[in-house]
Amino acid sequence: MSSFKIFDIAGSGLSAQSVRLNTVASNLANADSVSGDPASVYKARHPVFEAVRAALGAPKSDAAVQVRGIVENNAPPTTRYEPGNPSADANGNVYVPNVNAVEEMVDMISASRAYQNNVEVMNTSKDLLLATLKLGQ
Amino acid sequence: MPINLDAYLGVHADALKVSSQRMELLATNLANADTPNFKARDIDFREALAAAASPNSAAELNTTQPNHLSADATGQDAANLKYRVPLAPSLDGNTVDVQLEQAAFADNAVRFQATLTFLTGRLRTLMTAITGQ
Repeated sequence: MSSFKIFDIAGSGLSAQSVRLNTVASNLANADSVSGDPASVYKARHPVFEAVRAALGAPKSDAAVQVRGIVENNAPPTTRYEPGNPSADANGNVYVPNVNAVEEMVDMISASRAYQNNVEVMNTSKDLLLATLKLGQ
Repeated sequence: MPINLDAYLGVHADALKVSSQRMELLATNLANADTPNFKARDIDFREALAAAASPNSAAELNTTQPNHLSADATGQDAANLKYRVPLAPSLDGNTVDVQLEQAAFADNAVRFQATLTFLTGRLRTLMTAITGQ
């Protein structure tokens, strides 16, 4: 029986979702990291997931998930007039990262629910496997 | 009189196998709940069980190279795998409905447990017959 693969699949889901949680944390932490240069200001980043099929020759229907890459949001940063800010540019403007706090919170909830789902899958599979091991006792 | 253990355990051994494959598939769907363009799939349990119970009914393909695809009739081949029809398709092409998958996973877990109970019963019966107690 190849049920041990479930742990690989659910585990890949856990690590992918934790990357997502990490990017949310990074975005929220840097939500107020203003900069005097619009090119170097922090940009909100989000992971893109991808399904990993088993290697050719293994006729498997299952697919783990992996992070294909992290993309930066290219929306322009908000400009704020703050001449007193030490990092303001010549015109007295600072540039605020394009982090949308509401979007990030929603993303965080979604990621944490997905993480819990994968943990549930692992728990259930573990219980069933242990029951299988005790078969006939 | 020798006992054919496979025949004695009946459909339950096959059901356990198909159940565990289905569990794997549903775990895949749940792990890829946020993957763009991922299409959720499921096993047609009745077909897969019928295929697993009569492995000789399907034509076997010769595999002479290690990277040849096998067409075994154990529920892993494409015939028993069905794509789910999404109720509310999302813009990113993902067709995983998490609630649906969770329900299917719970359902499958209960069926798995039931199969285990049946198997345990059969094995206990056998043990009773052997030990005579």
